[in-house]
Amino acid sequence: MGEASATEPDGADDGVIVTRALSKRYRGGQLAVDGLRLTVPAGSVFGFLGPNGSGKTTTIRMLMGLIEPTSGTAHVLGRPMPRSARAVLPHVGALIEGPALYGFLSGRDNLLRYDAADPTADPRTRRTRVAAALDRVGLTAAAGKKAKAYSLGMKQRLGLAAALLQPRRLLVLDEPTNGLDPQGMREIRTLIRELASDGTTVFLSSHLLDEIEQVCTHAAVMTRGRLITQGPVADLSAGARGRLVVTTPDPADAARVLKELGVADVVVADDRVTGEAPERDLAEVNAALVTAGVRVRGFGVERASLEDAFVALTGEGFDVAG
Amino acid sequence: MSRAEAVRKVSPLWTFGLFRSELLTTFRRWRTLALLGVLAAVPVLVGVAVRIETGDGSSAGGGGGPAFISQVTNNGLFLVFTALAATLPFFLPMAVGVVAGDALAGEASAGTLRYLLVAPAGRSRLLLTKYATVMAFCLVATLVVALSALTVGAVLFPLGDLTTISGTRISFTEGLARALLIALVVAVSLIGVAALGLFVSTLTSSGIAAMATTVGLLITVPILDQIPQLHALHPYLFSHYWLSFADLMREPVHWDDLTKNLGLQAVYAAVFGSAAWARFTAKDITA
Ligand SMILES: Nc1ncnc2c1ncn2[C@@H]1O[C@H](COP(=O)(O)OP(=O)(O)OP(=O)(O)O)[C@@H](O)[C@H]1O
Ligand SMILES: [Mg+2]
Repeated sequence: MGEASATEPDGADDGVIVTRALSKRYRGGQLAVDGLRLTVPAGSVFGFLGPNGSGKTTTIRMLMGLIEPTSGTAHVLGRPMPRSARAVLPHVGALIEGPALYGFLSGRDNLLRYDAADPTADPRTRRTRVAAALDRVGLTAAAGKKAKAYSLGMKQRLGLAAALLQPRRLLVLDEPTNGLDPQGMREIRTLIRELASDGTTVFLSSHLLDEIEQVCTHAAVMTRGRLITQGPVADLSAGARGRLVVTTPDPADAARVLKELGVADVVVADDRVTGEAPERDLAEVNAALVTAGVRVRGFGVERASLEDAFVALTGEGFDVAG
Repeated sequence: MSRAEAVRKVSPLWTFGLFRSELLTTFRRWRTLALLGVLAAVPVLVGVAVRIETGDGSSAGGGGGPAFISQVTNNGLFLVFTALAATLPFFLPMAVGVVAGDALAGEASAGTLRYLLVAPAGRSRLLLTKYATVMAFCLVATLVVALSALTVGAVLFPLGDLTTISGTRISFTEGLARALLIALVVAVSLIGVAALGLFVSTLTSSGIAAMATTVGLLITVPILDQIPQLHALHPYLFSHYWLSFADLMREPVHWDDLTKNLGLQAVYAAVFGSAAWARFTAKDITA
């Protein structure tokens, strides 16, 4: 393994994470990840979305060199994985499928152990860095307690602390707010924003759409091992069109006018008439309603949330794909 | 990404640091301490039993029991040899089998293995560290038996010059040196089991399954060693030359079986060490 720069151009230096046709079939299983083509821009906070069993954790395991891809390539920080694991991983902090701790060791000793496993970690600064990481996740007071006595949220925080033992260029967080109280969630979100503003790229898998919407600049959506879409969060939610909402005492007339104007999917509910937001100028639509003698109380477009986009894209009910 | 940043320097003492962390982690598990406790208790039981039985002045053992037991009443130092002979067939290898079997499988089932690997400890280095730690445990376990026996022997029985199996007399100091040498040979005798246990540990992600398999092998192999029809197989069973350590108490020392034992342990270490390496470096870590 060369001691050269971890960012040397390798045909894939346009993103912090770049995968091409990445696939994984577990032994005796179906394709868990199928032809993934993912590009995570440097400096982004990248949300990785998908229903249960869609292949998020499998992708992360391949990126971290824990499992070998069945086919395709994955580059992290410009280097191929899993081949360059020893050069790449010291720059990456990871939380994969929840924290894993030595229950019989204290929180502090757990971090000391994980830090000792990093070949680039300076043993002379180990204690200071561990203390700083504990402080960063708010565990200083519980640092001496045995990890088996930690609550779920405390374990999650300790796992995050392990990812923050060194300055990182990339953080890979698999459902980091799992098990945290609302206060903890907010702290983690703040922490992620802080890290991102320092230039760390954050790759974040989550089920919590509003969380992704709040912290992420970019997102990708997976179902059944396939990537459906990726891009800036604003573009994704814009992709699912908002709905035009007209509030009026004359709903029947309003619905007729809207249909004549070519508005699709018109639905009447009491005094609310809604339809897909049309391409044409909304001022014209409003003028047409008034001209037709419809008395308009309210008029506007409700912006689609990421959740609408997600449901529209994955089109899935509650059941996990088998 | 134009920000060209050099790869972080690898700290030269890193492998040592990982080994130290591994030792600390292993010897802080209550399971390890419990195993060492059991091993320390065996010489106490043997010593007390001999003391009670010979309270009326008769000699112990009457020919039966572990090697050297009839000599213990004359010289407490013999309790060291007796205790090692009593623990080598089962207690010592069982303790080593549990620690070795759990070494990787236990970390896999706890999930801590994936964090060690993304740290990144490196698979070969981690395996080597585990290997070294299990070897260290072999030595510590043997020394625990020997020291416990020496202490109990000194408290319950007289100490002094001793008679070798060949009938010659050696000084107490030389006897002590032989005891230390025997302890080392016993520790080395456990290397085969350690290598086997570590290999089993790479096969599964369940610490319990790995420990059970290893201990099962420990029970099976000595039985195979007793079946005359399997005669051709016997020289390759890791336990076959175990009791050759008694030859160190001859004058002159019989090296024949001792060297065969050391060679056999080296073969086990090489074969199962390579198998463990091949398996572990190619394994999907999903737990
Ligand atoms: N170790 C394994 N062996 C075999 N199949 C597996 C293994 N791990 C996961 N799978 C399968 O791979 C698919 C993807 O699983 P994965 O854990 O990547 O999903 P996920 O998106 O992380 O789900 P979740 O949101 O529930 O964490 C699933 O169909 C799952 O059954
Ligand atoms: Mg998952």
